[in-house]
Amino acid sequence: MKSSVKKSRRHFRSQLTQFVGFLALRISVYSVLFMLLYFFYDLGSKGLGAISWEFLSQVPRRGMTEGGILPAIVGTFLVTLITALFAVPLGMAAAIYLNEYARAGRLTRLIRLSIRNLAGVPSIVYGLFGVILFVNILKFGTSILSAGLTLGLLTLPWTITASEEALKSVPDSYREGALALGATKWQMIRTNVLPYSIPGMLTGAVLGLARAAGETAPIMFTGAAFYLPFLPRSFKDQFMALPYHIYIMATQHHAIDKARFLAYGTALVLVAFVVLFNLGAILVRARLRRKWRH
Amino acid sequence: MESSHIAIPEGKPKIQIENLSLFYGPKLVLNNISLVIPENKVTAIIGPSGCGKSSFIRILNRMNDLIPEARVEGQVWIDGENIYDKDVDLVALRKKVGMVFQKPNPFPKSIFDNIAYGLKIGNHRGQAELEQVVERSLRQAALWDEVKDRLHQNALKLSGGQQQRLCIARALAVEPEIILFDEPCSAIDPIATARVEELIHQLKKDYTVVIVTHNMQQAARVSDYTAFLWLGELIEYDRTEKIFTNPANKMTEDYITGRFG
Repeated sequence: MKSSVKKSRRHFRSQLTQFVGFLALRISVYSVLFMLLYFFYDLGSKGLGAISWEFLSQVPRRGMTEGGILPAIVGTFLVTLITALFAVPLGMAAAIYLNEYARAGRLTRLIRLSIRNLAGVPSIVYGLFGVILFVNILKFGTSILSAGLTLGLLTLPWTITASEEALKSVPDSYREGALALGATKWQMIRTNVLPYSIPGMLTGAVLGLARAAGETAPIMFTGAAFYLPFLPRSFKDQFMALPYHIYIMATQHHAIDKARFLAYGTALVLVAFVVLFNLGAILVRARLRRKWRH
Repeated sequence: MESSHIAIPEGKPKIQIENLSLFYGPKLVLNNISLVIPENKVTAIIGPSGCGKSSFIRILNRMNDLIPEARVEGQVWIDGENIYDKDVDLVALRKKVGMVFQKPNPFPKSIFDNIAYGLKIGNHRGQAELEQVVERSLRQAALWDEVKDRLHQNALKLSGGQQQRLCIARALAVEPEIILFDEPCSAIDPIATARVEELIHQLKKDYTVVIVTHNMQQAARVSDYTAFLWLGELIEYDRTEKIFTNPANKMTEDYITGRFG
């Protein structure tokens, strides 16, 4: 008997299953998109009115109900800078060691497991650790430096993991090919592994930094100040930070009617800060790709 | 098992392997192998999958060192130096013993930078010399005419067969004395294969070639000597003509006539 190639009932049933399945997937994507858009709409509609040149360029006045948030913008920028200088090189170096040099063994597995677990430690715990290590033991005081380093610790597990993934995505054939041509191990890594993994490393680093820039708990004890009507003069100074300022304006201020509006404005600035940061990273990555991939 | 038949090739020996055994952890991969590979000849290693062919060839430039649990016993003498001695410089060894891999593995750089890679990581040379070496290597690998107008294009844009010839040119650029081919044609089409085989044939004028292949016709076509490996044992080693027309060992005969493998 010859089999028929015409559409049968079975065909319609599998078509239906497929349709329902795809619909569920599509709904998932749209609902995530909807939440994101709603978030931006809510933030924009309530916060945009607060944004003015004065808001961005002045120090807060009159119990923070007037003036601007310049110290918080500068503070968050400087703290993120310290975090980046600390966590990105250290994270990359640790990942290079773990992926390229460390022998696969029980110790390496343990180290890796610990790093994964560190990523799940609540940020308030990092804050307490930062107070003990940076503020007290190393005597950096409550300062930009202490807060930046604390956030750096928080970011490290993410930068290490992302950098390791980027290194793993470089095929072993590049490594073997280089070694077979007489490259030393470090030459092999420098010329035939790092160039292809740095874009991925940067992506991971920026995602980690963006998260760190928005953290409140770790900086509360390590350097962020409630109110400072001037800009920090050194990395040993206290500072105002955008996320902490939002927290104060939203929950700790007595004049809720005036403060709520400013909290939204500050939140909008923080989100813009993070978005700009990500955009910058995308541009850098695109340039590196062009440079290395011809 | 019948006794193995290992011939001593005529001509000057380039590589002498003595009582070589290779372990991966507790697993014995190659068992007490001794053979002599002659200079300026093509020596083929044949045998069924998993017999240790690729492991064998990776002994000769110590690529097995990359596998942490690999352990080698015995000696491998190249030009009278044991490459498993403690004072061997791996960089110098791998410059002397080049390798072409199973799957073409061009780096995602330009054609020019691929070929120049081995020179650039060595002592730095002037641009003029680099250009000279790149052209010479590409000509030797019979690729020059196809790529001379696009040397700065990404090598990944080449076809599979071209990529493999690029990898051969890249290995030639550092002026090795021995070239190892690890199943170089298993990932490319028949026409590209014919070109690579022709190339291997020409290379033996200046180089000692060792080629691993699972394709017996290929071994018969390109090689002067053939070694038959089976489950980590060297069963027979002789002139290719002899192996394919009048093998001494029954197992060799069964394998080359396609009765197993």
